[in-house]
Amino acid sequence: MAKSVRKDETVVTEYGDRKINVITRYCKGCDICVAFCPVDVLEMKDFKVHVARIEDCTECMLCEVRCPDFAIEVVGSGKKGKAK
Amino acid sequence: MSGKDVFYQGNEACAEGALYAGCRFFAGYPITPSTEVAEFLARRLPTVGGAFIQMEDEIAAMAAIIGASLVGKKSLTSTSGPGFSLKMENLGFACLTEVPCVIVNVMRGGPSTGLPTGPSQSDVMQARWGTHGDHPAIALAPDSVQEIFTETVRAFNISERLRTPVILLTDEIIGHMRERITIPPEGELEIWERPRPTVPPDQYKPYDISEGIIPPMADFGSGYRYHVTGLNHDETGFPTNNPSLVQPEEERLMAKVTENLDLIQKYEYFEKPKARIGIVSFGSSARSSRAAIRMAEEEGIKVDFLRLITLWPFPTDAAVQMADKVDMIIVPEMNLGQMIEEVQRSIAGKAETVGVNRVDGDPITPTQILDRIREVA
Amino acid sequence: MAFNYAEYIRPGKLPHIWCPGCAHGTVMKSIIRAIDRVGLEKDRTVIVSGIGCASRMPGYVDFNTLHTTHGRSLPFSTGVKLADPGLNVIAVAGDGDALAIGGNHFIHTCRRNIDITLIVFNNNIYGMTGGQFSPTTPHGKLASTTPYGNPDYAFDVVELAMGAGASYVSRSTAYHAIPLERQIADGINHKGFSVIDALCTCPTTYGRRNKLGSAVDMIGWFKDNTVGIKAAGKLPPEKVEGKILTGVFRKEEKPEYCDEYAKIIEKTGGRS
Repeated sequence: MAKSVRKDETVVTEYGDRKINVITRYCKGCDICVAFCPVDVLEMKDFKVHVARIEDCTECMLCEVRCPDFAIEVVGSGKKGKAK
Repeated sequence: MSGKDVFYQGNEACAEGALYAGCRFFAGYPITPSTEVAEFLARRLPTVGGAFIQMEDEIAAMAAIIGASLVGKKSLTSTSGPGFSLKMENLGFACLTEVPCVIVNVMRGGPSTGLPTGPSQSDVMQARWGTHGDHPAIALAPDSVQEIFTETVRAFNISERLRTPVILLTDEIIGHMRERITIPPEGELEIWERPRPTVPPDQYKPYDISEGIIPPMADFGSGYRYHVTGLNHDETGFPTNNPSLVQPEEERLMAKVTENLDLIQKYEYFEKPKARIGIVSFGSSARSSRAAIRMAEEEGIKVDFLRLITLWPFPTDAAVQMADKVDMIIVPEMNLGQMIEEVQRSIAGKAETVGVNRVDGDPITPTQILDRIREVA
Repeated sequence: MAFNYAEYIRPGKLPHIWCPGCAHGTVMKSIIRAIDRVGLEKDRTVIVSGIGCASRMPGYVDFNTLHTTHGRSLPFSTGVKLADPGLNVIAVAGDGDALAIGGNHFIHTCRRNIDITLIVFNNNIYGMTGGQFSPTTPHGKLASTTPYGNPDYAFDVVELAMGAGASYVSRSTAYHAIPLERQIADGINHKGFSVIDALCTCPTTYGRRNKLGSAVDMIGWFKDNTVGIKAAGKLPPEKVEGKILTGVFRKEEKPEYCDEYAKIIEKTGGRS
């Protein structure tokens, strides 16, 4: 089961040993990470990025690479592809 | 050990003085009548492991010397009026960021292209107020080839110690005139270095004034990573527009000069008993003034002489000393009346003033000054 | 694994000042990863900028950083580099900063071939001052100072750099942030002057006025309107026409300025 926990300014979403951090204070809601995620993991919620389907994440890192605001970090399992 | 006697042009003496002071970086752009400074250093700097670069324009040259100074190299550029105008942008940057550097302006006639080969002293006010915004200004004006050497050394010393740009204002006459000078042996003239940090890098703040109003300056690349910006900044070097931080910082930049007048101000006062006339002059006009004073004395007119070596900060006390004694102060200068206004401001009506002004590309002659002395005597 | 940007970002400086959807942050991240990839020592690296949105970048990163006057990042960089050739010098500039007010410095730094890496944050507009046309604003486009369409024609950064003699010239985009990172790393490793034309976006002052859609639309446009120069050679002409070429356009070994100056010092028997 995926779960999201807010720690200070960061919302941590975990699924198995995969973790996606959203630093909400940095997120300006530009939608770039959401639009270009190849497997539709992310959504916008209250003008901030929200990790909606972490279980589909392939750890391609494109959201993190393109995020202009240092607001999303994909702390992966180290294994590419869907986490079990 | 005695010095070495050479027969030098003023511009060469300036370049030699820079080397003596420890200058190891020059960036410039060709401009008459200052180019010999660059040519001399193009030959000599590599021989002492320094670097010379001819940049694409005057602005770039000023930028490059600031960059080099941030790495810890004493740096110089030379120019004349049109180029001096272009230096102004980054001169202000050096004032605000407190980066030591020396700018030589071998003054020529202006405005605009003016008289490239004719002497002038018309950049006096530009040296004070040329760059925008309130800023400190230091300008030195030697009157002989030997003094160009020693004042260049002093320009570097002051710039390093106070972390602010220093302008050396010479002119086409003394820049191109040749005289025999003595280059003092190494160690004879004192050489000052900028204050460098004594704290470890993690405690370093580039504009920390807890030890005094001149903050220690770290060399880029030496392990002290910090930020330099032309925006108003706080003690950490990062931009701020907090009024309570900006005002004291701006005032401190000025205070670096006003609290170090003893270090900067230099002049000669030649007093004659019972003189009722005085002359205030500088640079090559001071040479004509000296001759005129001798000629006047032969006619029985006594004239006091205040020769300014530091133009900015203006030696107000010296002008007041003269005004307290004489009735009339003559100010010969190769412009249409710039320094005279500063004399008037300083003496606040304590004496009459009159100028001897010339901007036609020829020097003010002793006879011209003598004529004025006769008129007011 | 997440890239540890925190190692290179000065504490307490984020969030940055750039608008939502501005791709400058993406380019800054590519620069940081490139520096990490090359393994530059922070103490021996200097990042220099001029004025404008892009020029705020050095303030965020933990190096020796120098935010100078408008257009002057390259001559300041030149002074730094020549004074201590052992330093790694990276200059960042916007298109107006690099090519208009700094245009003279740009071409002469290319000519001089001094070992500096310049990244042009090219978003076709003066953003900081509110959207005036720049030397890379395309002909006909709207800006606050071209309310009837831009009568000027744009510079092509790559062609300009090549014509002026830069020894490394490349182009990528904020959409292609990984190739951009590789090019920047390549440029840093290249001995000589490197110019990387980093196409990015200004949704606030350029996109909106020219009805280019959202930040996402503008970034996505790069995907559909660029062709790699290697691929371009193999594609039929109609697939290449009207597209922006990306990739490494020049990588040429050529004597570097500081090396040449070191020879002069040696020749004259100079010592420091």
